[in-house]
Amino acid sequence: MNFEFSEDVTAMREEVNRFLANRLPTGAVRRQIESGAPLDRELWSELASMGWLGVAIPEVFGGAGLGHETLCMIAEELGRALPFAPFSSSIFLAAQAILEYGSDAQKQKYLPGLADGALIGTFALAEGAGDPSPDAVGAVFAAGKLTGKKRPVFDGAVANIAVVTARNTAGEIGLYITDLTGSGISRENLTSLDLTRPAATFTFTAAPAEPLPLAGDWSAVTRLLDQAAILFAFEAVGGAQTALAMALDYAKSRYAFGRPVAALQSIKHKLADIYVGVELARSNAYFGAWALEANAPELQAAAAAARLSANQAFFEAAKENIQVHGGMGFTWDSDCHLYYRRAKQLAGNLGSARYWRNRLIDRLLSQNETEAA
Amino acid sequence: MDFNDTAEEAEFRAAARAFLDANAVLKSANSRTYRSRAFNPEDVALSKAWQATKAAAGFAGFHWPKKYGGREGTQMQAIIFAQEEEKYLVPPGIFNQGVGMALPTIMSCGTPEQIDRYARPALFGEEVWCQLFSEPAAGSDLAGLRTRATRNGDDWLINGQKVWTSNAHFSQFAMLVARSNPDVPKHQGLTFFILDMATPGVEVRRIKQISGTSNFCEVFLTDVRIPDSQRLGGVGEGWKVAMTMLANERHTVGQAEGPDFEDIFRLVKLLTLDGAPAVDDSAVREKLASWYCQAQGLKYTRLRMQTALSRGKTPGPEASIAKLVSATKLQEIAAFGVDLLGQAGAVMDPETAPFDAWFQNAFLYAPGKRIAGGTDEILRNIIAERVLKMPADVRVDKDMPFNKIPVGLR
Repeated sequence: MNFEFSEDVTAMREEVNRFLANRLPTGAVRRQIESGAPLDRELWSELASMGWLGVAIPEVFGGAGLGHETLCMIAEELGRALPFAPFSSSIFLAAQAILEYGSDAQKQKYLPGLADGALIGTFALAEGAGDPSPDAVGAVFAAGKLTGKKRPVFDGAVANIAVVTARNTAGEIGLYITDLTGSGISRENLTSLDLTRPAATFTFTAAPAEPLPLAGDWSAVTRLLDQAAILFAFEAVGGAQTALAMALDYAKSRYAFGRPVAALQSIKHKLADIYVGVELARSNAYFGAWALEANAPELQAAAAAARLSANQAFFEAAKENIQVHGGMGFTWDSDCHLYYRRAKQLAGNLGSARYWRNRLIDRLLSQNETEAA
Repeated sequence: MDFNDTAEEAEFRAAARAFLDANAVLKSANSRTYRSRAFNPEDVALSKAWQATKAAAGFAGFHWPKKYGGREGTQMQAIIFAQEEEKYLVPPGIFNQGVGMALPTIMSCGTPEQIDRYARPALFGEEVWCQLFSEPAAGSDLAGLRTRATRNGDDWLINGQKVWTSNAHFSQFAMLVARSNPDVPKHQGLTFFILDMATPGVEVRRIKQISGTSNFCEVFLTDVRIPDSQRLGGVGEGWKVAMTMLANERHTVGQAEGPDFEDIFRLVKLLTLDGAPAVDDSAVREKLASWYCQAQGLKYTRLRMQTALSRGKTPGPEASIAKLVSATKLQEIAAFGVDLLGQAGAVMDPETAPFDAWFQNAFLYAPGKRIAGGTDEILRNIIAERVLKMPADVRVDKDMPFNKIPVGLR
């Protein structure tokens, strides 16, 4: 029994933790948002030079080849510190899609750039409101060209390449990679709920693109969503932890009725419940990390459980963090709202909780049938 | 990360399986049942015999010293054996209070004579122990207990009432905490004793619970005489001994048993709602997904703790999570299982109540799970104070002499 991250992975996590804590003191992320710049280029190149973008990318493609457990730990630290950086779009989604479904030539072409930060990738799936579904894919790929509208695309304003879901002339769904600096693409910035994760609309009009050859149908998309769900679950666990830590810190130092509000049972029990939610979410995320690294048949159920419990824990922590802060937590100048916004962004970024509950139950039902047969 | 045993663990597991195969019958696939009746004398006799068999083979008292019949093994061995034993049909366990709690406490707070006298008979299932802690007016506030211990020559005289005692009606011995000095603050005036349950003046009555069954007792103590040699720890040090004992309880109280995710999942697959399978209903799915996440979360939290244990770390108050979450989950699953049956949910006859009315029975015993072994509220306080380091509650009676503390009507 060894249900814990290795010492090497833990050491890497501590390194990321120290760097981000030092680099992003309270208020630094808000100042970056206020600057209006879509990307903190300096921070991005620092993340790249530390080698963190490429931890799960094999060495032959310019990464460190340390595997997904390491990437999970980094994801947790990114969620904790909330850096203004397109890390998740570029690495959890675009690089992962290329790694899973790309040809060797495509991997050679794109992964080294994603690993060293020269390229920023994103994943364009949604076409308006609604959960992921093959029926909702209207974008078309024909004769090497992509046409259609994707909205919202997170980190869309700063990405240079995108992995896009589209239908070929035979009506089959696949994944296509396109250079966003080329012709036939127009972008329009959207107003993102999560201020550290700007969104855009992509309009493709016969934009040159090529298929990721191993993505044969919709199941390639759902598998990519499962893998990303585990990484985003770690991000949510990290965010939930920060929100809980902020609430605890404030409650211990804020006095009312002659004592710290942390001494009141209504606050103690609220934060105890949040702690329990975070720990259960962490345990489910750990199992997800194992399933992701081992490429286990449990991946789908593990991803759904990790995502559902992490998002719930994060939302509870983020919303009650504001409550514990009282009026102060409702101001722009507190960081509380950044986590509240992120928690909601994560709750929908790969599809709603309802969508993931259905995927979970469907999966458990089909597992049951297999066992019965 | 992996879920494999180490070489030593695998070797131990194989030995445990060989022992269990030779001495017990493997459960069949569908032998998951709920036993709502209380233990009868036959159960007790079978339990004692099974404990003796295990102890003789070295599969009991895993971290006890060898000279008392223990294994001087590891906590991982205890966990592995429990995992394997669970797969077999074996008599109910009635030795938690003795082997798991009383004797470890006696070993750390008792005299060599006391350890020599009580260790082996407990381990080999000859003597059953119970715990005389809670009182009608002292539950969560245990230190507020009122049972009096008065010095009388070389003896002590005990007068008072204890309640919620599991197994008292067939126990030979009890761990008893009583008030020896009411003139000092409540934590300072307690003394701990080993009580022979056959002593004159000990009267055990069964408590009829809301379900109608009787799993607990109340114990009346009237001029019960205990020799001073049966005192455990110093006079006035009873609280310290009680805390030692409750620290051991944390290792033995785990998840609340009863219908879990897999059982409610099994139920919804049998039922239809509005002419469609119940499992397709979105309200049902929302609940199922939530319980699945909780059940899985608890399972993997347990594995994280076992990993810590196998690396020689001690599990902390984090262990409170399992009981807090599982008791509420059990109550919700039981209530939902009853709801799903519509009008028929309100009857317990097996023709309409699936799985021998398991959900209805669990609905009736679940409230007790949220109270016994630390209420939900106390567990939240433990998490808040010991894990999150939040300030302790204001305790207005802490420094007041016990006999000056205000009392209510209940």
